[in-house]
Amino acid sequence: MSTRLGKGGRLLDRSRPLEFTFNGKRMKGYRGDTLASALLANGQTLVGRSFKYHRPRGIVASGAEEPNALVNLGRDGRFEPNQRATTQELFDGLTAESQNHWPSLEFDVGVVNNYASKFLPAGFYYKTFMAPRPAWKHVFEPFIRKSAGLGRAPVDRDADIYEHFHLHVDILVIGGGIAGLTAAKQAAATGASVLVVEQTAHWGGRAPVDAGEIDGVPAADWVKNAVEQLESADNVRMFSRCMGSGVYDHGSVLAYERLTDHAPQDDTPRHRLWRIRTKHVITATGAIERPLSFAGNDLPGVMLAGAVRDYAVNWGVSAGDRTVVVTNNDDAYRTAFALLEMGLEVPAIVDARTTPQSPLIEKARAMGIRVETGRGVAKVKGRARVEGVAITTQAGEGAVLETIPCDVVAMSGGWSPVVHLWSHCGGKLTWDETQAFFRPDRTKAPTGDKGQPFVTVVGSANGMLGTAEVLADAHAGGGAAVASVTGQEPATVPVPQAEAETPAPIEPVWMMPQGASHELRSKMWLDYQNDVKVSDVQLAAREGYESVEHTKRYTTLGMATDQGKLSNINGLAVLAQSLNADIPAVGTTTFRPPYTPISMGSIAGEARGEIFQPLRRTPMDDWHDANGAYWEPVGHWRRPYCYRGVAETAAEAVIREVKNVREGVGLLDASTLGKILVKGPDAGRFLDMMYTNMMSTLKVGRCRYGLMCSENGFLMDDGVVARVGEDEWLCHTTSGGADHIHAHMEEWLQTEWWDWKVYTANLTEQYAQIGVVGPKAREVLELVGGMDVSKETLPFMAWADGQLDGIPVRIYRISFSGELSFEIATKAGYGRALWDKLLEAGRVFGVMPYGTEALHVLRAEKGFIMIGDESDGTVIPQDLGLDWAISKKKEDFIGKRAQERSHFADPERWKLVGLETTDGSVIEDGAYAVAPGENVNGQRNVQGRVTSTYWSPTLNRGIAMGLVAHGPDRMGEVVEFSKVDGGTVAAKIVSPVFYDPEGEKQNV
Amino acid sequence: MYDPVGALQPGTYAGFAEVQVLPPQGMIVVRGDLSDGALQSAVTAAVPLAMPGQTGASFENGRGIFWMSPDELLLMCPYAEVAGHVDSIGKALAGTHHLVADISDARAVFAVDGVDAREVLGKLTPADLAPSVFGPGSFRRTRLAQVPAAVLCETDNRFVLVCFRSVAGYVHELLKTAAIPGSEVGYWRD
Repeated sequence: MSTRLGKGGRLLDRSRPLEFTFNGKRMKGYRGDTLASALLANGQTLVGRSFKYHRPRGIVASGAEEPNALVNLGRDGRFEPNQRATTQELFDGLTAESQNHWPSLEFDVGVVNNYASKFLPAGFYYKTFMAPRPAWKHVFEPFIRKSAGLGRAPVDRDADIYEHFHLHVDILVIGGGIAGLTAAKQAAATGASVLVVEQTAHWGGRAPVDAGEIDGVPAADWVKNAVEQLESADNVRMFSRCMGSGVYDHGSVLAYERLTDHAPQDDTPRHRLWRIRTKHVITATGAIERPLSFAGNDLPGVMLAGAVRDYAVNWGVSAGDRTVVVTNNDDAYRTAFALLEMGLEVPAIVDARTTPQSPLIEKARAMGIRVETGRGVAKVKGRARVEGVAITTQAGEGAVLETIPCDVVAMSGGWSPVVHLWSHCGGKLTWDETQAFFRPDRTKAPTGDKGQPFVTVVGSANGMLGTAEVLADAHAGGGAAVASVTGQEPATVPVPQAEAETPAPIEPVWMMPQGASHELRSKMWLDYQNDVKVSDVQLAAREGYESVEHTKRYTTLGMATDQGKLSNINGLAVLAQSLNADIPAVGTTTFRPPYTPISMGSIAGEARGEIFQPLRRTPMDDWHDANGAYWEPVGHWRRPYCYRGVAETAAEAVIREVKNVREGVGLLDASTLGKILVKGPDAGRFLDMMYTNMMSTLKVGRCRYGLMCSENGFLMDDGVVARVGEDEWLCHTTSGGADHIHAHMEEWLQTEWWDWKVYTANLTEQYAQIGVVGPKAREVLELVGGMDVSKETLPFMAWADGQLDGIPVRIYRISFSGELSFEIATKAGYGRALWDKLLEAGRVFGVMPYGTEALHVLRAEKGFIMIGDESDGTVIPQDLGLDWAISKKKEDFIGKRAQERSHFADPERWKLVGLETTDGSVIEDGAYAVAPGENVNGQRNVQGRVTSTYWSPTLNRGIAMGLVAHGPDRMGEVVEFSKVDGGTVAAKIVSPVFYDPEGEKQNV
Repeated sequence: MYDPVGALQPGTYAGFAEVQVLPPQGMIVVRGDLSDGALQSAVTAAVPLAMPGQTGASFENGRGIFWMSPDELLLMCPYAEVAGHVDSIGKALAGTHHLVADISDARAVFAVDGVDAREVLGKLTPADLAPSVFGPGSFRRTRLAQVPAAVLCETDNRFVLVCFRSVAGYVHELLKTAAIPGSEVGYWRD
């Protein structure tokens, strides 16, 4: 049983007891605990079930590398699955439950998978695909879905808020251990701006537990002094609970700050994602201990040796009374010393090395600890937790020499530098034969814009395991990094000193014992979370998997939420052995950000709720909102689709609005239309290139409708152009097109015609624009007064400046509805006043506002095309019968050459026609005109498609436009259009102009 | 007879820094050859301040000249003066290639004021706001979260922001969210 010790726990505040629950059970802890240390303190060694076999799992590690202790944390709006107990600080009222168990943690039905493990080998998932199809649907899929998955997905809306913080800093130090602090001191000494981030709540990393003395004082005191010194420096900032998450190109780094995970509260951000631009990154990310692969190494009670002493020293927690230490290196001896000092028992240190000699080993022997060399663990005894270990000869096959009763096995397979952040952006690794790990190759660092290295790795992350080495490396690395950024050597900061160590060399042990039988190998876990064993990787190798990347995906090794922090090196070593290859030849899988999972909320930052996306509002938006607007998104704008009256459906409102425009007068908020001013001596020539028709010949005071094509000839945008001065044109674009058409113009001006004298300005938002549309439109304006809007003074397709009731306006006589129509532009700040004025004056004429749907119906009745309906990026103006708007006289325009390609001149291209159903119904959106026979894929042949289809209140029938093969030559012919229910509807091909084909109504 | 109405009613929100909605501000875009003496004198006649250099700004008491691009300036002046300046600059530059236009109504203007005002912006713009880089008088065209904006550092504790009018509501909410009391980063404090 694990328990709280009577004394000790350097991070605990025993005067601050806290309560929490685990699976509904009330437990106690102290401020300073992690959830993991508190669970152990309460005797909770079983914390979850494994992914595939539902085997009982306990806490293995004490930090970010923990694979097993994942919990569902919190409830309701703060529920979150897969939270790591080792990195979750305890707070009062915390609720956690274990994952992947049913019906309970102690008694789990899924554990039968454990006995069926023979049938769940590596690549099981892929192998199921080879079975007959019904087996997948009825057997494998339900089974896999039932047994897979860890935590539950949250149901409620996240109760917390999140934010980003952008920062530019000269030097970023990731990792607040002694290496990071030493490097930061070097950096700080130059005056460069420095940010130091540390993922835990504490500075100093492992040093206070392991390092002894630095500069003649205990490591913890040295750390405290270093932090104080750095904090007092003007050019240094220190943030704990802030993890370096990913290193990206050109010194872009993400850091993940957990602001309130240790003390949840409302109304302040929970996480802050730091988006950092730095000249240089120093990674001081430490090292992670490796497990050893022996049978039963996944039983609760088998822990990393370093974690066992962390729990004792940091949190005053004993993982158990009797701990057997199993190791292939000297470091694990420290665990034995720490435990003995706490008054706990260490029955034996089982050392796989045959004749290791070092001061630490001598010390152990001198303390009377039984040290067994050349030995290993044959298997761990126990069902739900460790009861003892069977000892064997490491060189042998697993014959049991002796069984030692114990309740904890503290294992150490050596340490692996945390190379993740070094590797994210391309830093290369090299295999260190002597120390048996991959370490960064400092000669192959990630490089910046000038090819300069922009990451320096220091300390244990650079493969330095002794305190003295770590300090010297960090001092030198920090200095070099600073010099590369500032061009000056840092002021003389002395190298921190620690006693040199002379450990006995590590002996790589990838399997224990080295000649283990298949039965033993089937119980040696590599990846605890995903249930990948030594036998699985060996099977993959036998089945032909040679690449480590393929083996990873086949076996799922390292694919769990811990991303293989414990399993990767062991797994690839086993693979290398199976393939008879060298470890460096097999290589590692790719290290990708984030280092540990970061919350989705932090990625979204402020972008949620009201500010998920920008919402663009016109100057009349408030009025629409207060008057029944039924909104429709148009780009980022919101526009009224229609204005619903009391007890009126949207469809009814549209019919009312259309009729009111045809018979009386309607108001349209057209402010979203793009308005681009184009000015200069070459502006006319430029617009002749931008538009398919001629704009340079337009007279001042007049308007002309124009089409814009892409260089590939496809119709891109349309709108009315007004010549507003001798060398000045105002181009109206579609609502969604304003920004990209402006960019399109600027691109041509800046890259192709840079010597043309043309300036553009996007004035879209400077003006509110209101359409006054309908036979009574003129009367409304005359009642407002201030301008002569008679046909003689302001004819169709002309514009004039003036004032309406004292408001400066420009009126364009243009029509998108077929009716008498005035589009009135005024400064946005006067838009609402003008709108109110027009409503007031129009009251006697029955004026009503109308929305985008009525706009669409009105234009469809007139056969006017709509960009995005009749065009979809594959349509050229000629398809739409717009040949009249394509100049034959012009030598060139954008798209001209493309339109001369044979495919574009092909008479088989579908062409625009009007469509009238024979029964008067509305053709379904997107319907195809069917043709006899089937194509090679067994699909019905088609001969056209609908582009716009509406109920016409004016004609009292369904009308549509569509592209049909040889359409214009087939007037009067009836074709069938598909329906969603599988049937068809007959429609007659007619002219697309359904209403007022002579255009008499708009020209009055 | 009518007064211009801004996208939002002027007002303040008291976060850890104060977010202020400012009333309509006169703004003029001028495009042309910025090295041309005629252009410089036309501009400085309208707004009597020094011509700014690349990325620079000159401003004083609600008037300013801001460098927007190698061939573009933004002028600020009282709203009522705009028409006169547009006219006078246009006349002064008649015959030379230029563009001058009133864009006062196309914009919304905010101020963020307070000891940690810089941090409100730091949460929203990727621009380098370090006091040593972006001190009083500095001006940037950048973005605030998902929309374009320009930021002016008036004093170490006061910043003026300009965005498009249609997204004024969005930007206002952004600023208020970023200024929530208790969310100070404390990065740039002395």
